[in-house]
Amino acid sequence: MEDTITITMNSKPKEKEKKSKSLWAHAFDSLKKNRMAMASLSIVVLYILIAFLSFTGLIGGEWAKEIGPAYDSPFWVKWMSGQAASFSIEHLFGTDILGRSVFYKMIKGTEVAMLVGFATGLVTMVIGVILGAIAGYFGGKVDEIIVWFYTTFSSIPGIMLLMAITFILGKGIIAVFLALGLTSWVSLCRLIRADVIRHKNREYVHAAYSVGASHSRRLFLHILPNVFHLVIINFSLTFQTAIKSEVILSYLGLGVQDRPSWGIMIDDAKLELARGVWWQLLAATAAMFVIVLAFNILGDALRDALDPKLKGK
Amino acid sequence: MNLWAYVLRRLLYVIPVILGVCFIIFILFNVFSPDPALLLLGKHATASQIVELRRELGLDRPWILQYLDIVKSAFTFDFGRSWSTKQEIFYMIKQGAVPSLTISLPSFVIASTVALSISLLVAYFRGKFIDKAGVFLCVALMSISSLAYILFFQWLLAYKWGMFPIAGFESGFPDFIEYIMLPLIIWLILSLGGDVRFYRTVILDEIYQDYVRTARAKGVGERVILFKHVLKNAMIPIITQIVIQIPFLILGALLLEAFFSIPGLGGMTLSAINSSDFPVIKAMTILSAIAYIVFSVITDVLYTVVDPRVRLS
Repeated sequence: MEDTITITMNSKPKEKEKKSKSLWAHAFDSLKKNRMAMASLSIVVLYILIAFLSFTGLIGGEWAKEIGPAYDSPFWVKWMSGQAASFSIEHLFGTDILGRSVFYKMIKGTEVAMLVGFATGLVTMVIGVILGAIAGYFGGKVDEIIVWFYTTFSSIPGIMLLMAITFILGKGIIAVFLALGLTSWVSLCRLIRADVIRHKNREYVHAAYSVGASHSRRLFLHILPNVFHLVIINFSLTFQTAIKSEVILSYLGLGVQDRPSWGIMIDDAKLELARGVWWQLLAATAAMFVIVLAFNILGDALRDALDPKLKGK
Repeated sequence: MNLWAYVLRRLLYVIPVILGVCFIIFILFNVFSPDPALLLLGKHATASQIVELRRELGLDRPWILQYLDIVKSAFTFDFGRSWSTKQEIFYMIKQGAVPSLTISLPSFVIASTVALSISLLVAYFRGKFIDKAGVFLCVALMSISSLAYILFFQWLLAYKWGMFPIAGFESGFPDFIEYIMLPLIIWLILSLGGDVRFYRTVILDEIYQDYVRTARAKGVGERVILFKHVLKNAMIPIITQIVIQIPFLILGALLLEAFFSIPGLGGMTLSAINSSDFPVIKAMTILSAIAYIVFSVITDVLYTVVDPRVRLS
């Protein structure tokens, strides 16, 4: 028996390769064909790069330095009104109230945004996957308790939870991560639970049981890879929602402290707009718009590529 | 199982969820939060002042009694008095509900109607340019922070162009209209992207069903199919989506109310957050959680009544 298989495999290697293409390989192929998705992916990579460079201090390190008078308008605005001004990248978006470069603050803010998105996605993933998988797999009382828990949790308006959690943890970036993560795991938990329930009585799981696989092995090694596409799709959704929520936290005075973030920049604009200073709002909103849009498009493309139910639509 | 038994069971399930909500509130505000006596008295309080205030606020009582107080308030709606204004909270809520609903109800109705109309349009032209552009526009709309929208439109339309009052509110029928116009426009823009995308997905889900193909095969026009066949079936998830949003109207639009100085519940909640007014925060959390729970029961029941495919099990 084994010999014949080896022979066929050797004689027609190409056909075999085609047949065994996994969900992930298929998904990657269809992503590669989607030009919008690839463009979004490169934008995400670019932002990660900027965040990394800013983290190491190679760019945007001098954001706290005074480069000109307070509320100095961008050089291109001066050009439009006929004033003389020289081109300089640090004056691209003018200066803020302390005469600091808004452009550098925008760059530095990328770091906070990417950190907040990533950490929130991670917290959401850990809580959502573990609770959802356990509830779906074991069912019964365990399931009832977990369902009760997330029903309760999701009944409380998100903004109240956000506020209460940052209140308890104190202000700072860790509190922001946890608050945003703790308020956004429920939808992933629901999805994972429903999908695990669908999978747990499939034949491959029974087969694993029959050869003596333990509960945790069946759940985490056999079922979880088959529902993991939900996690990826959800991650891209959580990422961009977290970036937007950071703005609200900053408005409430509960955001990150001591370093520039897009949320703080947008919040600052509430005092600046009446004085005709709009460049800080523009810079932060534009920076945020591009990355959130990229994540939205990428998330949609990922869902189309990874969710077999939607194929052909 | 008959319908009434199902309704009864769903209603009974409300109780443990409300108890759970109370428990989370208790954990957040009574157990883990910083001592409210310290928050209220500031840094220079003497020890005896603190002890006295703790007794006055009931914070020296055993935890189980403090928890039962919260549970009691959830069922009697007697939330005590606000720490900062000393008013009865129930009275404050009654006062704030009218301005909140004056803003949120018309905005919600108009936004839902507009979103549904646009989604029917893009679904009719599915796969064509209008559809693709519409979906892209929706995603783009969703990629900007709500705070940026509010700041920008308040500045441009009210401050710069003077089309609307910058902020303020007046009750009584014709008077309030000019004050709610701008919040209404911003509400529309804020909700349009997500709503259109959701409704479009729901409608497209139906368009690919077999009964639509049958209708097309027997020569029914595309317009009749869309409005008579598809819309009727798509109405179930659409109505569900609309009903489940209603409880959020009670909280009002927190940010909109704050920026337009509307004396509603949202603004009240935000100022309670800013002044650590725990009883008000707790009351609003409990009320919105209860509204959410009740409306999710209504949604579930509606679903089973309207859609015979949903089995009661």
